[in-house]
Amino acid sequence: MKVNSSIAIANGPPVSMNTLQKIGAAMGTFGLLIVLISATSFDFPNPALWLTIALTAMAGGIVIYSKGLYDHKSAGIQNDGVWLKSSSNRGLIAWMSGIALTVFYILLYFYPQTLGLREGDNVGIISLFDPLSKLLSGNPASQWFIYGALYTLCIAFFGVKFFWKYRHNRYQKLRTISVVFFQTAFAFLIPEFMSRLNSESFALPYYDLKNIWPLNYYNFYGYRVDEFISAGSIGTALLIFGILSILVITPILTYFYGKRWYCSWVCGCGGLAETAGDPYRHLSDKSLFAWKVERWVIHLVLVFVVLMTSAVIYSFLHDDPSKYWLGPDAFLMGMVGILILVFGLVWFFRRDELKKDVKIAAPAALIVILGLVGIHYLFDQRLFLFDPYKLREWYGFLIGAVFSGVIGVGFYPLLGSRVWCRFGCPMAAILGMQQRFFSRFRITTNGGQCISCGNCSTYCEMGIDVKAYAQKGQNIVRSSCVGCGICSAVCPRGVLKLENKEDTGASRYDSNPITFGNGEVKLNP
Amino acid sequence: MKEERIIIIGNGVAGITTARHLRKRSNCRITVISSESKHFFSRTALMYIYMGHMKYEHTKPYSDDFWEKNRIELLQARVDEIQPNEKQLKLADGETLSYDKLVIATGSKTATYGWKGLELEGVQGLYSLHDLQQMEINTKGIQNAVVVGGGLIGVEMAEMLHSRGIHVKFLVREDRFWGSVLPKEEGELIGNHLISEGIELRYQTELDEIIGEGKVQTIKTKSGETINCDFVGICTGVKPNVDFLRNSALEIDKGILVDEYLQTNLPDIYAAGDCAQLRNARKGRKAIEAVWYVGKMMGEVLGATLAGSPTKYNPGHWFNSAKFFQIEYQTYGEVPANLSSGQASLYWQASQKEKALRVVYESESRKLIGIHAFGIRLSHPQCDSWLKTGIQMSELINELPKANFDPEFYENPFPEVQQTFSRQLKEPQL
Ligand SMILES: Cc1cc2nc3c(=O)[nH]c(=O)nc-3n(C[C@H](O)[C@H](O)[C@H](O)COP(=O)(O)OP(=O)(O)OC[C@H]3O[C@@H](n4cnc5c(N)ncnc54)[C@H](O)[C@@H]3O)c2cc1C
Ligand code: SF4
Ligand code: SF4
Repeated sequence: MKVNSSIAIANGPPVSMNTLQKIGAAMGTFGLLIVLISATSFDFPNPALWLTIALTAMAGGIVIYSKGLYDHKSAGIQNDGVWLKSSSNRGLIAWMSGIALTVFYILLYFYPQTLGLREGDNVGIISLFDPLSKLLSGNPASQWFIYGALYTLCIAFFGVKFFWKYRHNRYQKLRTISVVFFQTAFAFLIPEFMSRLNSESFALPYYDLKNIWPLNYYNFYGYRVDEFISAGSIGTALLIFGILSILVITPILTYFYGKRWYCSWVCGCGGLAETAGDPYRHLSDKSLFAWKVERWVIHLVLVFVVLMTSAVIYSFLHDDPSKYWLGPDAFLMGMVGILILVFGLVWFFRRDELKKDVKIAAPAALIVILGLVGIHYLFDQRLFLFDPYKLREWYGFLIGAVFSGVIGVGFYPLLGSRVWCRFGCPMAAILGMQQRFFSRFRITTNGGQCISCGNCSTYCEMGIDVKAYAQKGQNIVRSSCVGCGICSAVCPRGVLKLENKEDTGASRYDSNPITFGNGEVKLNP
Repeated sequence: MKEERIIIIGNGVAGITTARHLRKRSNCRITVISSESKHFFSRTALMYIYMGHMKYEHTKPYSDDFWEKNRIELLQARVDEIQPNEKQLKLADGETLSYDKLVIATGSKTATYGWKGLELEGVQGLYSLHDLQQMEINTKGIQNAVVVGGGLIGVEMAEMLHSRGIHVKFLVREDRFWGSVLPKEEGELIGNHLISEGIELRYQTELDEIIGEGKVQTIKTKSGETINCDFVGICTGVKPNVDFLRNSALEIDKGILVDEYLQTNLPDIYAAGDCAQLRNARKGRKAIEAVWYVGKMMGEVLGATLAGSPTKYNPGHWFNSAKFFQIEYQTYGEVPANLSSGQASLYWQASQKEKALRVVYESESRKLIGIHAFGIRLSHPQCDSWLKTGIQMSELINELPKANFDPEFYENPFPEVQQTFSRQLKEPQL
């Protein structure tokens, strides 16, 4: 039997740390400090040793902290004090961590030399990581290697923390194992090993296989396509895999399982949000206004990435037609064909479910794109009017760096963990559209059991007002839902269940405005 | 023609559901008067505010712009008196408002039983937002608390206090937890769970008197034991909040008496939710059922009636749910604490985990009359349809897995449940 006195947090809200948590926090900070000291270009005598110490301290610190946090509590929902703590309630600690993360991202993307990146021998933080990089790929580290290593460390060890937190919930545990696996193997180790295979005559591009275009917006840039092709049949296979990923694999899996198969089981952005970002999930904005912004912004990013990628591919196919099997015009027609097909499918089968603004915005977007293609051919203007390489640069800067990194992760402690996934990610936009219209996935509401307590909405990282559906007895079918399952977990009344059921049409989200079981009442008597 | 004006007293789930459903069907003027808060919030979520899972604003079922959009006027005020002859009511500040139709949905308040010392600082119930604020003040920095009354609010209060590291002595009158509702095994299951969480459960212990000077210091139990504490939570149930109506012409027993259309004895005055008492409750259901769903269903019915389609309150089969620390509980139909004659039951409890499932049936016909589960989520539509058709036990056992509403990948307890039930069904009934 557990004795209550082990919980040394009498007096006031449960916000103070216990001894284990303090030890864990101290260890983690120590590890981080080593990294920071190396940033001052202090040369550690034995970088391999110090790096090992730093990484072990950080990883061990997280694990010990988690043990202190959860081990003495019985398995179950662990949200005590979430809104009372400075770190998770946009207090001073949250602002400080937000600023620190943001600064890190700015340095990473725009000033890698401050981290010690050099043409010759690296210095600073980057040199600290050289031993690990050389061990894996044989090459010296770069800022991206450090980023990848720290990112993976975060997912893996905050994954341990998350696992502990949800140890009563197998859905959460399996999902966490999955994201940790995909991050460690696919995003981090395999590409490093792949580059070990590279030689003078054979070079594969750095390829995280699970990172699918358009999230991986650079996958079909000319230099990568060239690398793929020049790497013979393996390279070509990888290139084809990249195309099939978005055109075939994604639609099939999303049809059966909803977008969650990617967003909360595989994807690295999702992986970080679900693990390191978990303490901030409740900070997502639930207002109707935020939902409106979300729908516009994410789809505009999608249009942007489609235009940008098409322009880039078109231009390199155009500039060097002899090099490629596919001609620029055939490519462009293919793109246009796919767009019309997708649009046609939605319009034909699901027109009645489109909201008013979508009925205007979607055809408008299609007409603009077709119009731009038309202008290109008829008036011999540049495709999409802009220099493709400028488009590419802007996209990389605005979306790739600022949105997904600086805002997306830097603002975790202030805006919640899924800002990028919700407002920015074009992959999420594609998956979401399919989830909304052509998928078996839904969150089923259990009859009349909802007590409108609000836990589900509060802890939905995507800012979905789950309760608004549940209290009406309506299933939740929302394009943004990443299927994290937390709403279902925190619901104290067993109301929500994530399911893949056969019916995919409108019956998926029939609403019943009368409480289940309330016999005599009819809405339209 | 003058616009019809409907006034609703009380912005809880009953009052607000009435307003919403009335608005769906009618353009009349709707005013909701309530003293506790301007906006509707979920009373069931009070505990989560104290525990830091949510803030007050998260517990509002509708966003603040909902009311204007739906033309539901909100007035934060206290009604002191109703004057049915004049068709008007009097607010605490002296103002009067006239109505065409009136809905009383004033909810409940904590029931106390005349103990000495109730007025002491640190002694309180938990019903309103005010109680919650009071609890925040009363529990600041304290070490020891006593919670009196082993029901749903009691266990929530125990969990709240426990989340802040306050040691809880939990006084329960029966020989098991929630003995008036739960059968023996389930009562013990939950009791043991509370103990394992660190709650000091005292069965068969009743409060006699609260002692202190200005502030509570000790309590005395009926057996004469004294317990030192800094806080006493009174969770011995709720009663309809109707005292301010007692000297009106309304017929009131425990609650405001209403017929099946939720109409009181006075014309154009209706009552719904916790404060309403049915003159003729349906079989298997009580005259006052102070739960969220009943308020919601009554509101739906009343909304229709007020809009001109008279509708009877016919709530179908009973259902309810709760959570006892980490164990979820759902119930459908009738599962009594003690079986009456002609009833029998099958019971399964996991050996290692805190999971249990019970079905109750008519011994003669073997038809299902109730099912409840602990640590397993059951599908409401599925259980309800079984209750409606009165499914036979043998068939039910086969079909049972259909009611599984646990999250994906959860360990499936149903094969074991089915085996146990089949075996028990074959054994001679006692
Ligand atoms: C802590 C707690 C937990 C609960 N958990 C559950 C649960 O898990 N499941 C469940 O089914 N039920 C639960 N309940 C019961 C449920 O909350 C109630 O049954 C339900 O809220 C009653 O709704 P109502 O609309 O009838 O009344 P209320 O919600 O009480 O609303 C009545 C309102 O009227 C106002 N009022 C009263 N008199 C006046 C007046 N004279 N003038 C102006 N305004 C007035 C009150 O201030 C109050 O705001 C819980 C209750 C509590 C206290
Ligand atoms: S609705 Fe539920 S499953 Fe979907 S993202 Fe929100 S919390 Fe996760
Ligand atoms: S958490 Fe569950 S009970 Fe609470 S509002 Fe959401 S669905 Fe309803």
